[in-house]
Amino acid sequence: MSVFINQHSKIVVQGITGRDGGFHAGQMKEYGAGNNLVAGVTPGKGGQEAVGVPVFNTVQDAVDATGADTSCIFVPPAFAVDAIYEAVSAGIKLVVCITEGLPVNDMMAAYTFVKDSGARLIGPNCPGLISPGQSKVGILPGHICREGKVGVVSRSGTLTYEVVDQLTRNGLGQSTCIGIGGDPIVGTNFIDCLEAFEADPETEAAILIGEIGGDDEEKAAEYIQEKVSIPVVSFIAGRTAPPGKRMGHAGAIVSGGKGTAESKEAAFTAAGVPVAKKPSDLVPLLAEKYAPAKAALENN
Amino acid sequence: MKVHEYQAKELFVERGLAVPDGEVATTPEEAEAIASRIGDQVVVKAQVHVGGRGKAGGVKLAKDPAEAKEKATAILGMDIKGLTVEKVLVTRAVDIVEEYYIGLIMDRASKRPMFIVSAEGGMDIEAVAAETPEKIHTLAVDPRYGVQGWQVRQLAFKTTSDPVVVKGMVKALTVLYDVFMATDASLIEINPFVKTKDGECWSVDAKLNIDDNALYRQKRVAEMRDMSAEDASEMEAKEAGLSFVKLDGNVGCIVNGAGLAMATMDLVQFFGGMPANFLDIGGSSNPDKVVKAMNIILRDQNVKAILFNIFGGITRCDDVAAGLLKATEQLDVKVPIVVRLTGTNEEKGREMLEGTSLHPVVTMDEGVQKALELAGGAQ
Repeated sequence: MSVFINQHSKIVVQGITGRDGGFHAGQMKEYGAGNNLVAGVTPGKGGQEAVGVPVFNTVQDAVDATGADTSCIFVPPAFAVDAIYEAVSAGIKLVVCITEGLPVNDMMAAYTFVKDSGARLIGPNCPGLISPGQSKVGILPGHICREGKVGVVSRSGTLTYEVVDQLTRNGLGQSTCIGIGGDPIVGTNFIDCLEAFEADPETEAAILIGEIGGDDEEKAAEYIQEKVSIPVVSFIAGRTAPPGKRMGHAGAIVSGGKGTAESKEAAFTAAGVPVAKKPSDLVPLLAEKYAPAKAALENN
Repeated sequence: MKVHEYQAKELFVERGLAVPDGEVATTPEEAEAIASRIGDQVVVKAQVHVGGRGKAGGVKLAKDPAEAKEKATAILGMDIKGLTVEKVLVTRAVDIVEEYYIGLIMDRASKRPMFIVSAEGGMDIEAVAAETPEKIHTLAVDPRYGVQGWQVRQLAFKTTSDPVVVKGMVKALTVLYDVFMATDASLIEINPFVKTKDGECWSVDAKLNIDDNALYRQKRVAEMRDMSAEDASEMEAKEAGLSFVKLDGNVGCIVNGAGLAMATMDLVQFFGGMPANFLDIGGSSNPDKVVKAMNIILRDQNVKAILFNIFGGITRCDDVAAGLLKATEQLDVKVPIVVRLTGTNEEKGREMLEGTSLHPVVTMDEGVQKALELAGGAQ
């Protein structure tokens, strides 16, 4: 099983005729079991075809014609907030926004709109998610993943690939890998993902990759202690980051003494969640709490 | 992006919020002339993007124009926390009897603009929050409807029962919200917001930070950027689509992705070294970006080795390899370069680098250790 997406997901790519949108739509089409890519949207290019699927002028047209229920957004930052509203208004239940650089104040209202509509937003500024062997929505490279039972949730892109790659190389597959995004306001947080992992009978353990800025990790630590029974291990990026400097991600900033790696590490440690000192320690740490990881390490 | 006090005050004044009469000066003579025009005691205030200007000696009272000139002479050129003062704001001094803090931030927890108000003004609000949290009142606003009059009145009455201050504060809070939304701010604050002996309210200081993501549609605010207050390399990197932060170590890092770039820096420190920088070359790689990145890093004389840590997703390893070859051709690279390429088109990328003087490695741990060894060992 998997969380948020599966082999039945019907994906529409907003911005499918763009360079990145087109490339990744092709990758999504080829990935998984179920021909998940059903449509693309680019205003003014309705009636055309891209990577073998029909292109529509509006998300509503795409939904009406194909039954799309999941959207993946690649449109430029100035139009991406509008794309989120459009997808949700057309009845899309899962909106994954890959685009980086959305004005944060626009996201405040959009966040509430999505919540009130009962839809789920992942991102913005994220790599999306993948359920190995079933479906992927976004840009995570499929070839590094493998079907399995470890859930991965992260604020990062390539650091997630690094960790997923280590899991796969050690023979540990993943149920779902989710990049929630590096912005200060994202639609889905660690707790949402942990809740889904906990509820998914096929997810037996989880890896959480946090970074400096905000307090989502601290809240996640509290949540794990209270509500999560599957083993969880973590890593926090940015302990060497100087305060007051935005480290690439708009959300990765220590300001006013808040959002430090130390604070997050302390919260996880207090909640009984081991924190890896370096990414390559994650699998060995997981092995201490999760027998299949131990067995996998011994076999490798 | 940060906006100077005097620039933020312009935005306040346009919306009818009272700030003491003042002008910005870049020379002591200008400061003297402004003080003569104001014809009263003035405060000479350094315009730099750091907190604690007062404590650092960057804010001085002057009783007449001659003294204003003298104080401006002392403050202009002064170094405050690594920044040189290029401008001072010369502003009429007001006789303060009460000080308040009022601010508005983009609150990550509530995902809304949140007012923060305190009767403990003039101090570091973080210290107030830590020591006497009961003295801070907050209000998160639903951005879909905007701020309502009763909300700011209620907030003001929580802070004080003085009708003069309530009236002034309601106006100031309303203007703050207006400026916040109009400029795509991430933080705006008036500290202190004051009541004077004459029973008037004034916004005597202003701080305004703008969301970089929104600068494309904030032409006027973008023009307020003070290039002299920015790190030249960081600005150059930004223009090239790179994200760069200078640090003090000797291992230059070029990485794709912010999370992996932070993790790489951390790993350098874990193995006993210090990173020279944070550098994220971003998603879609083009070889010219790699050249630019190398160029910026090589300018730092401390750099003794460079580590490339690339996990190809959108970024293609062969593109990075092409950029690396181009960079080593174009630039006079005297320091060793360690290259870790993995992911999309890794084989192709590695093939391209065969027979060069670059040091290929397979894992991140190996890469960092190799770079440290070549940089002359852990520090």
